Amino acid sequence: MTNPLLSVKDLVIEFPTRFGPLTAVDTINFDLAPGEILGVVGESGAGKSLTGSAIMGLLDPPGRIASGEIWLKGERIDNLPNEAQRAIRGRRISMVFQDPLTSLNPLYTIAEQLIETIRTHLKVSESEARKRAIGLLDDVGIPAAERRIDDYPHQFSGGMRQRVVIALALAAEPELVIADEPTTALDVSVQAQIIDVLKEQCSERGASVILITHDMGVIAETANRVAVMYSGRIAEIGPVKDIIQNAMHPYTVGLMGSIPTLAQEEDRLVQIPGSMPRLNDIPQGCAFNPRCDRAFEKCRIDRPDLIDQGTRQVACWLYDETVLAKGKIA
Amino acid sequence: MTQPLIKVANLTRIFDVSKPWLNRIIEREQKQYLRAVDDVSFEINKGETLALVGESGSGKSTIAKMLVGLLSPSKGAVLFDDQPMRMDTSDEMQELRKRFQMIFQSPYASLNPRWKVMDIIAEPMTVLGIEEDQNQIAKRVDELLVLVGLSAADGAKFPHEFSGGQRQRIAIARALSANPEFIVCDEPTSALDVSVQAQILNLMRDLQDELGLTYLFISHDLSVVRHMANRIGVLYLGALVEVAESKALFKDPRHPYTRMLLDAVPDLEMAGREHKEIEGEIPNPINPPSGCTFHPRCPFANERCKNEVPKPVQTQTGFAACHGVEEGRI
Repeated sequence: MTNPLLSVKDLVIEFPTRFGPLTAVDTINFDLAPGEILGVVGESGAGKSLTGSAIMGLLDPPGRIASGEIWLKGERIDNLPNEAQRAIRGRRISMVFQDPLTSLNPLYTIAEQLIETIRTHLKVSESEARKRAIGLLDDVGIPAAERRIDDYPHQFSGGMRQRVVIALALAAEPELVIADEPTTALDVSVQAQIIDVLKEQCSERGASVILITHDMGVIAETANRVAVMYSGRIAEIGPVKDIIQNAMHPYTVGLMGSIPTLAQEEDRLVQIPGSMPRLNDIPQGCAFNPRCDRAFEKCRIDRPDLIDQGTRQVACWLYDETVLAKGKIA
Repeated sequence: MTQPLIKVANLTRIFDVSKPWLNRIIEREQKQYLRAVDDVSFEINKGETLALVGESGSGKSTIAKMLVGLLSPSKGAVLFDDQPMRMDTSDEMQELRKRFQMIFQSPYASLNPRWKVMDIIAEPMTVLGIEEDQNQIAKRVDELLVLVGLSAADGAKFPHEFSGGQRQRIAIARALSANPEFIVCDEPTSALDVSVQAQILNLMRDLQDELGLTYLFISHDLSVVRHMANRIGVLYLGALVEVAESKALFKDPRHPYTRMLLDAVPDLEMAGREHKEIEGEIPNPINPPSGCTFHPRCPFANERCKNEVPKPVQTQTGFAACHGVEEGRI
C-alpha cells in the first residue's frame, strides 16, 4: 500500500460531564489513501461527524481528543498549536457542511467569500483570485459564472448554493475534503447532481474525500471504501462492494436489510430491535450485543477489536479465530 | 371493485404571497399568487395505501392538510365517504373527524413536551367525545401502548424520555386512539434513522393489516414509498403528473419526471453505476413555466409541451399527464 494521506490512530473523543467523561468516539483507526473516497456511515449519534470535526481540528469544546493521533502525510496534526492548525484548515483539509445556507455568509457576495478564501491561503492578486473564483464556479457547474459571482447567497437555489460551498472547499486545492452530509438538505434530483460534482472535481484535483452520510445508497454510488460506525466505534470497514454484497458484522447486515430498495420486492423490512444506546449507557462488551441476534457470552463481556478478514476488517467476535476454533457459535 | 373512501376532485390551493400593501404601492408591484396545488384529482379505496411522492415544493403537505380539513381548498373538494370535508365545527364535521387522523413528520414537534404520554394518547378520545369514563380511557391507552410496541408503564413518562422512533410510536398510538379508518401520514419516517425507519414502516403495515386502515402516505423517498404503497401518485409543482400501481410505476414509469426521479435515487444495488445527467432544478412555483411545467428539464420536450398544458392520458394502471405519452413518442 502506498503511504496513506491520512492516518487516524486510536482516536478517542470525550465530553467531560459532572458524572464523568462520556466517550463519544472510542478508539477508532483508519487510513485514507491519496485520491480515495472513504464513506463513513452510521446512525445519528454514532460519532461520524465528531470524527470529521476532529480531523479538521474543529471539535467544539467541551468535546476534546482524549487520546490518539491524527497524521496527515507523515505529520502529526492533532496536537499542533492553533495557529498551525489554521494553516492546515481550508488549505490542506477543507470541509463541506450539510446546510449550504448556514455555511455561506448571507451579507457577502459569492465573489467576496471565494476571493477571501483564495487569498487567505494562496499568494495571488485580487484580480487573479477573481479569475480563479470564476473558474471554480464554472467547474462546479454554475451557469454564467462570470455574472453570478457577484450575487448574494440568497439569490441561489439550494443545489446551486451547495455547488458554491464545494467551490469554496476546493478553492485552496486541498489534499483532503471532508463532506459532512453534503446532500441531506437537498432533493433527490439535485442530490445526484451534487454528488457527481463532488466526485468529479475531487478526482480531477486528486483530493481524497471523507464522505460522511447516513445514506448507504449515496455511499454505494460514490465511495471506494466504507466504514460503518456504531456507538462511537467502527463496526466494519472495507471496500464498498464487498460490504454491500456480503456484510459480515451483524449490525451491518441489519442495517443493509432495513434499507428499503427499489430493486427487491420483500414484504417486510429486516428490523433491528431497539435503538442505539445512549452515551452514558453503553453496554459492556460489544456495544451492539443487546440488539444482536447472534450475540453469545463473550460479546457481553469483552469488547471486540477490528479483525482482518481478507480485504476488510470487522469488529465482531464471530470472526475471532479462537472463538471459531472452539466452535461455540451455532 | 371496492368503494373509494376518499374522493378528491379538482383540488386547488392558491396562497397569496404578495408583499405588504404599502410595499406594493411604493414598488408598483402586482399581487403575487402561488399555486401550491393545481387541479389534483384522485381517489383512495378502502384498505389501500396511496402514496404521494414529490420533491420539496411539490404540494405534498398542502394536499395532506386539505385532506384532513386543516386547510381549506381554493377550488375543488375533498369527499370523505361522499361527505364534503369542511373546516367548521358543525356536528357532521365532528362526527366525520372521528374517522380520520394524521401522523406528522417530526415526533419532536408533534408531541407536547409538558404532557404525559398517557394524556397525549387519550386526547383524541376526550376531544372527540368518544369515551368519557376515565377507567376505560386508561385501559385503552395501555392497550394502544402495547399495540405500538411500547409498554403500558410508559404512559406515565414524558416525551423527552423517549428516542425518536419511540416518539413516533407514541404519535401512531395517538392517531389510533380514536379508532380512525383513514390516516394521513406526512413523511412519518423522514426524521428517523434507517434501522428505526424500518421498525416504524413494519409497524404501520402490521397495523394496517390488523385494523384495516386506509393510508395516505406522503414521502419524498421513492424506496420507502415502494415498500408501503399499493398505488403511487407523483407530484411536480403542485400537479399530479403520473398515477400508477406501485409495481407498474417502478417497472415501467411513463412520465419523464418519474423516470428522472427513479434514476436519481441512489440505490444499494447500483454500486458503481453511472447516473444519467439530470438537468436543472425545480422552477420557482410563483412563476411556473408555461405549458407542461416540466418542459425546461424534459429531454423529450417539443413546441407543444411549451405551450399547451398536458391532460391526463390513460395508462395501464393509472394515468400520466404528458404530451409525449399521448402522442406515443415516449
